[in-house]
Amino acid sequence: MRRWDVVVVGAGPAGIAAACGAAESGARVLVLDDNPAAGGQIWRNDAAQPWLERFAESGAELRTGCVATDTLPEARSYVLATGARELFVPFPGWTLPGAFGLGGMQALVKSGLEVAGKRVVVAGSGPLLLAVASLLRKRGAAVAAVVEQAGRTAMAEFGVRLLMEPEKLGQGAGLMMSLWGVPFYTGSWVESAMGRGRVERVRMRCGGRVVEQDCDAVAVGYGLLPNTELAALLGCHLAEGTVVVDEWQETSVDGVYAAGEVTGIGGVEKSLVEGEIAGLAAAGLQGQAQRLFAKRAKTHSFADGLARAFAPRAELRKLAQTDTLVCRCEDVTRGALEGMKSWREAKLQTRCGMGPCQGRVCGGATRFLFGWGADSMRPPVFPVKVESLIETRQS
Amino acid sequence: MNRRVTVIVDGRPLQVDVGTTVAAALWNAGVTAFRHSVTGEERAPLCGMGICFECRVTIDGVEHCRSCQTLCADGMQVKTS
Ligand SMILES: Cc1cc2nc3c(=O)[nH]c(=O)nc-3n(C[C@H](O)[C@H](O)[C@H](O)COP(=O)(O)OP(=O)(O)OC[C@H]3O[C@@H](n4cnc5c(N)ncnc54)[C@H](O)[C@@H]3O)c2cc1C
Ligand code: FES
Repeated sequence: MRRWDVVVVGAGPAGIAAACGAAESGARVLVLDDNPAAGGQIWRNDAAQPWLERFAESGAELRTGCVATDTLPEARSYVLATGARELFVPFPGWTLPGAFGLGGMQALVKSGLEVAGKRVVVAGSGPLLLAVASLLRKRGAAVAAVVEQAGRTAMAEFGVRLLMEPEKLGQGAGLMMSLWGVPFYTGSWVESAMGRGRVERVRMRCGGRVVEQDCDAVAVGYGLLPNTELAALLGCHLAEGTVVVDEWQETSVDGVYAAGEVTGIGGVEKSLVEGEIAGLAAAGLQGQAQRLFAKRAKTHSFADGLARAFAPRAELRKLAQTDTLVCRCEDVTRGALEGMKSWREAKLQTRCGMGPCQGRVCGGATRFLFGWGADSMRPPVFPVKVESLIETRQS
Repeated sequence: MNRRVTVIVDGRPLQVDVGTTVAAALWNAGVTAFRHSVTGEERAPLCGMGICFECRVTIDGVEHCRSCQTLCADGMQVKTS
């Protein structure tokens, strides 16, 4: 007899909701996560989160600190809730110590990185910008500037959409208030970071002007990209960098479901409701799952607005200079990649994407810079482990 | 009061709160060169979530551990490069 009915990969909001949905109906559920604790990106070290409490009581078993490809055990169905990572757009100086990702800096601060008294420039795009700036300020940092690449008009349109969801508008307004007095630039971006051995200063392009700012750190992130590697390994159909699912959140592979950021970037509410649907459907409770369809549809319309308002602008493609590194594992410059026709050719000719991160950073960057298709980024990512995975599924 | 643990970083003992990742502890202690890149550049954490591998250090003799995914534990030996 199989030990598990449902194995969930990822213990972020989507995975937790899926696990609760399935386990509370009596299914035997195992949840795997790479992080040291459950919570995903948003509830990192947040023990008071009601969903985490519910999860702890659901009867689902949690295994942290493991990458799922290593250990995916036999089960009737799987829920992939692998979340998202940041889109990093290379710029001169982004490899200097003290140049962090945006969510990256947030994650590090939540896991103990001290910022009290430090001057930090917060830049990039999307709702995460304000959330991170606000967290940094709460922890005592001097937020020197918040730099949003989206223009005022796009932001305003997004604001109008928010008016239809007063709860979110309230959150945004609260964040703005917590950042009272911090310079907030729209239609602006960080052009370069400079310093000896670490970041000491950034140069920003603010509405046509160049502004220089001394700082101890800079946090830059241009939105999120779904973590589709595991889904790709399992043979799930992908489109435009997201995992394709049907109304039950089931992928093109029978018995493999996907939920949350991995099916398209849309924030925590989308992850939760998709997770619940996936968990219920994976446990065979289609009737209950169906009742959540309307709620899900609302989160999808929010996600569309998000994507439109904060789409990264073309100027960002010009930030990386000929000698700027694009692949940080193999130290491949933009110049070395310029003549290449595809991701595949770049890998073979320059080793771009062949290092330990396996293209998780430069894959997104080169797709943005050169338009290289995600589909030419071929699995397997961890060849040996795939076999054991497939064997597991067939037995 | 938070409980504290002691980790040894390049031979130097360091007291940190329980729940601190090795990456955060190193940065707080002033470490900026977690590792050296293939062309010799000094590198420090970028993503904070286990995907970029820039925060790699040697932990208890095991090379290439991602310090952002590892919690500090009492007596842990950490070596940067
Ligand atoms: C760095 C970062 C910071 C963010 N901060 C915020 C914020 O402050 N507020 C906000 O509203 N939204 C934030 N977001 C957006 C966030 O993605 C959503 O709000 C929400 O957390 C998404 O939930 P999820 O369950 O879909 O994915 P996630 O929360 O990303 O959870 C996915 C989980 O899967 C695990 N995982 C992935 N692949 C594997 C694997 N192969 N094996 C094992 N485990 C794996 C990851 O470790 C992670 O814990 C952030 C996103 C990122 C990338
Ligand atoms: S900082 Fe990116 S893997 Fe640790």
